[in-house]
Amino acid sequence: MIPHMDLPVVTEGPPEINWWLLAPLLTLFAAGVLGVLFEAFVPARRRRRLQIGLAALALLAAFVLLVLQIGTLPEGQAGVTVAAGVLAVDRTVIFFQGTITVLALISLLLIAENRDGRDAFAAQAATVPGSEEERAHILAGSQHTEVYPLVMFAVLGMLMFPASNDFLTMFIALEVMSLPLYLLCGLARRRRLFSQEAAVKYFLLGAFSSAFFLFGIALVYGYAGSVNFGTIRAAVEAGGAEIFQGEGGDGEPLLLMGIGLVAIGLLFKVGAVPFHNWKPDVYQGAPTPITALMASCTLVAAFGALLRVFFVPFGTSAASWEPMLWAVAVLTMVAAAVIAVTQRDIKRLLAYSSVVHAGFILTAVVANSTDGLAGAMFYLAAYGFTTLGAFAVVTLVRTKDGGQELGDLERWAGLGRRSPALAGALALFLLAFAGIPLTSGFIGKFAVFEAAVAAGATPLVVVGVLSSAVTAFFYVRIIVVMFFRDPEGDGPTVVRAGAATGGVITIGVAATLLLGLYPGPVLDHLLPSSETGPEPVAVMVDQASTDTDG
Amino acid sequence: MAVTSHAYLAAEPAVATAADSAVLSNAWLLIALPLAGAAILLLGGRRTDKWGPWLATALPVAAFAWALLALFDLLGRGADARSVAVPVYQWFAVGDFSAGVDLLVDPLSISFVLLITFVGSLIHIYSLGYMSEDPGKRRFFAYLNLFVAAMLVLVLADNFVLLFLGWEGVGLASYLLIGFWQYKPTAATAAKKAFLINRVGDIGLLVAIMIMFTALGAVSFSDVFAAVPGAGDGVLLAVGLLLLLGACGKSAQLPLQAWLLDAMEGPTPVSALIHAATMVTAGVYLIVRAGPVFEAAPVAQTVVTVVGAATMIAGGIIASAKDDIKKSLAGSTMSQIGMMVLAAGLGPVGYVAAIAHLVTHGFFKAGLFLGAGSVMHAMNDGVDMRRYGALRKAMPVTFATFGLGYLAIIGFPLLSGWWTKESIISAAFGVGGTRGLVLGTAVIVGAALTAFYMSRMVFMTFFGEKRWEEGVHPHESPVSMTAPMVVLAIGSVALGAFMTLGDRFANFLAPSIGAHPHHFDVAHAFTAPYGIAALAVMAGGVALAWVVYLRRPVARTAPKANLVTAFAREELYGNQINEGLLMRPGQVLTKVLLVVEDKIIDGAVNGLGTGVRDSSRGLGRAQTGFARTYALTMLLGAVIVAATLAVRF
Repeated sequence: MIPHMDLPVVTEGPPEINWWLLAPLLTLFAAGVLGVLFEAFVPARRRRRLQIGLAALALLAAFVLLVLQIGTLPEGQAGVTVAAGVLAVDRTVIFFQGTITVLALISLLLIAENRDGRDAFAAQAATVPGSEEERAHILAGSQHTEVYPLVMFAVLGMLMFPASNDFLTMFIALEVMSLPLYLLCGLARRRRLFSQEAAVKYFLLGAFSSAFFLFGIALVYGYAGSVNFGTIRAAVEAGGAEIFQGEGGDGEPLLLMGIGLVAIGLLFKVGAVPFHNWKPDVYQGAPTPITALMASCTLVAAFGALLRVFFVPFGTSAASWEPMLWAVAVLTMVAAAVIAVTQRDIKRLLAYSSVVHAGFILTAVVANSTDGLAGAMFYLAAYGFTTLGAFAVVTLVRTKDGGQELGDLERWAGLGRRSPALAGALALFLLAFAGIPLTSGFIGKFAVFEAAVAAGATPLVVVGVLSSAVTAFFYVRIIVVMFFRDPEGDGPTVVRAGAATGGVITIGVAATLLLGLYPGPVLDHLLPSSETGPEPVAVMVDQASTDTDG
Repeated sequence: MAVTSHAYLAAEPAVATAADSAVLSNAWLLIALPLAGAAILLLGGRRTDKWGPWLATALPVAAFAWALLALFDLLGRGADARSVAVPVYQWFAVGDFSAGVDLLVDPLSISFVLLITFVGSLIHIYSLGYMSEDPGKRRFFAYLNLFVAAMLVLVLADNFVLLFLGWEGVGLASYLLIGFWQYKPTAATAAKKAFLINRVGDIGLLVAIMIMFTALGAVSFSDVFAAVPGAGDGVLLAVGLLLLLGACGKSAQLPLQAWLLDAMEGPTPVSALIHAATMVTAGVYLIVRAGPVFEAAPVAQTVVTVVGAATMIAGGIIASAKDDIKKSLAGSTMSQIGMMVLAAGLGPVGYVAAIAHLVTHGFFKAGLFLGAGSVMHAMNDGVDMRRYGALRKAMPVTFATFGLGYLAIIGFPLLSGWWTKESIISAAFGVGGTRGLVLGTAVIVGAALTAFYMSRMVFMTFFGEKRWEEGVHPHESPVSMTAPMVVLAIGSVALGAFMTLGDRFANFLAPSIGAHPHHFDVAHAFTAPYGIAALAVMAGGVALAWVVYLRRPVARTAPKANLVTAFAREELYGNQINEGLLMRPGQVLTKVLLVVEDKIIDGAVNGLGTGVRDSSRGLGRAQTGFARTYALTMLLGAVIVAATLAVRF
């Protein structure tokens, strides 16, 4: 099927828009806008509660709408495209969006945690750190309630990112997701300079990667004559747009460069080596609740988009990009695991751990199959819950004097004796990260590796298993430090978990165990399977191309 | 395989149907009940001291009741629909691979379940009396419950992996219970010895499972058996021999027999339940369950019969020379299980006989052990039969029940043991040819030995004059101990006839293990040459024991032994062989390996660790904290991406 290269058709009327399928996105958008208005018109002392309530309500509503949407999807096909084919709504997308909203709702608990009138964010971000002005704001108890609308916009971008059905929408989603996050990263209450530095780095490198992404889009457009995923897929199959047919010459270099540059943009977001440098610095500098949000929701969104891009528009040229992803996956799994071994700070360690996990999930992308897609989806959901729980634990371990978070792992000695429940929960999360059986991490790893082996990527899986062995070393070392070493002089103090943080840890433990012991329902009913139900990838393509053609 | 008559042709084992009744689909309760008991008693600690043992006794009884319901459920089905698969827990299924826990309830497994829960319940009741004064009573009952649960996992598993889990579980329970009186160095050593020797067998079973997984691509019974016809001879032979090695470890067959006699250091109820009636028969279960594998590997089958025959004779000789009543009984157990293994090695024709003898043996041997425990109870825990004598008047109930068990085990006509031993003899001769003649004769020799050593035991214990120690005042045991003995004695008398008449057990069991039911002809058993021979050697054995141990006074200390007796007293030098052949070379090997470990392996591991740490620091240096370095790294990444896209593979 050769795509149309006619002049753009000027439509006579407005395009038909399925508002129902857009409802979750619109809910969050409305909540964000409403939040901004609250900032302008509601008195400062009443804003906090209102903003938290609004955000929680919006996320909850979005989740309910997503669940209801599953029922309205047409039987026998994966999904449909909406708004003139710029967004796809299928079961895979709804799974990703549902996961993101749930994880965001749990992150919101951490973000909203308020101890003695202080949350994790700077009293007044515009003041110079250490200045008189800053102290005045702290004493006055100022709070940045703008955090909540910013989170709403970021989550909106995350929901759009994996649902995008053309490259321009995807780019907009990327920016909608990223810009609020850049800001949020710089808002830490303590060690503010550090936090601001992280934000600037994240912004600069993010802009750099966006440039790659945008350039890649331009090259792919040059090759296919369209930014629509379905059309690009058809063009790749046909060997390029019409101008490349016949005597037009070979358009393949254009496509390959396009794939490469787009891939760099996406691999930056998931934090694969060598595009990972921002992760340790940003994860460490950002307020921990925001780190938790990024480590769970952003990763899910970024992988959702990456899977869609490689499976739909570039799905028919897998042979050209698979070696590239092999190389990146191997680099990621090996380098990040090795670097993590000597990390001393828990947040940096978790950042590198997140990079290694990205490498494991990339093996499922390389598999390029329905099983791979399902494996990656399970892995992301499982990892999201576990990592949220781990970061929630991090927020509770503080230094004795200043009351700031204590990142230095050497000083965590004896934590297991002082607060066995907290240390036990963290130990469970770490074992899940390491992929020990009966935790969700094992099932996830098994699912992606199984898919990769089935697709003939056995060497990649061997590297993955060896890398797991290295990661197990530093996870277990933390457990050893917590439980088997005597506490040193100025050990950590553990802040009593508030209802919100305690809730996050409890949910993390429950999800890690439940998905580890009884993953059947999720594996069987929520994830695509090659045996039952429609082929998720193929149907997405059909839908995309019919919409643009028709 | 060589087929001499249609009777030896294996039928296909019945295909499992899905569980559709409440009783069977909840068969996991059978395991969960005793397991809960073990958990409550171990985790509850001292709080459960008072009522714990009672709870631990009630739970196996409840499991037995459930097993009875399951039996009736099975009997209500057609003969070919009695293999019921019971999915319990699906862990996960990814791609083509799925992991979970599935049980198989079929006539074979339910027979074992009934034996285990029934004898297990009786022995729990007996222990209420036997262990009433022991300070560690709660722990003892917890371990007993753990054992019952593990044993039920072993027999109810529908795949080799779950079977292995149960296999290890009973090994653990056995270790804990042999060494229950851990303050006794002999008990601690015996427990360790049993554990170590069992490891050898366990490795065999484990490797067999690995070979099945790699070569046959399956571990569940049905899939493995379905893959057998297409498998290579070498694979089947290896799997068969390794399974046999596993069976030898658990069932104390040559050459892994040395632990069983020492295991008698455990409390007597343990010896009765674990080391006589149930656990040690697991090897026979394994061989019968894996029948299709052995049928396809005739060499392995022959080895099975040879091992069985050799152990049967060796056990009989050991039992004839031991003065310790429990050790003598342990030798007898070895011998009887050897007989079952021999029958199981005959192929489908011997399966029913082997399992039937296993069940009746479970009754009379447990009864004999409980009787021995009752005698020890009366004799201040003395075990030397040379210090017994004339106990029949002091302990009438024990004497009566022990005597009935004795008549059953020596194969007194129409008692339980006679029916099942006669079945084995006729199955062995029925194979035909030299093989049948040799094996059949071996069983008859084994029967003669049985008659001799059992008569010797009864004469030395209950007859003759008093040779008691100072201050011993024998008395009958409390009713909690005698009641189980009475029940087991009733089984020893009647169970064999009940099972064999009308071929009830054969018809019930045969479809599930692919055997044709084998008709038992009562008149033939009395008139056939081998039937008469068996009766004659039994009478001969009893008479010889009568001459040696009843007509002449029994010495209070063991007389100087001739060569054969010394050989038998030393347990055929099994320990010395193990020490010389395995232990000392093993110790040398350990020392060598220690050096290798220190110098080479540790060096490599440490080197690897240092290497990783150094490269970690090196790579970590790229994390400078400068955005410009990061951007440069990304550019480098772009080059890698471009290169890998440009190169065609």
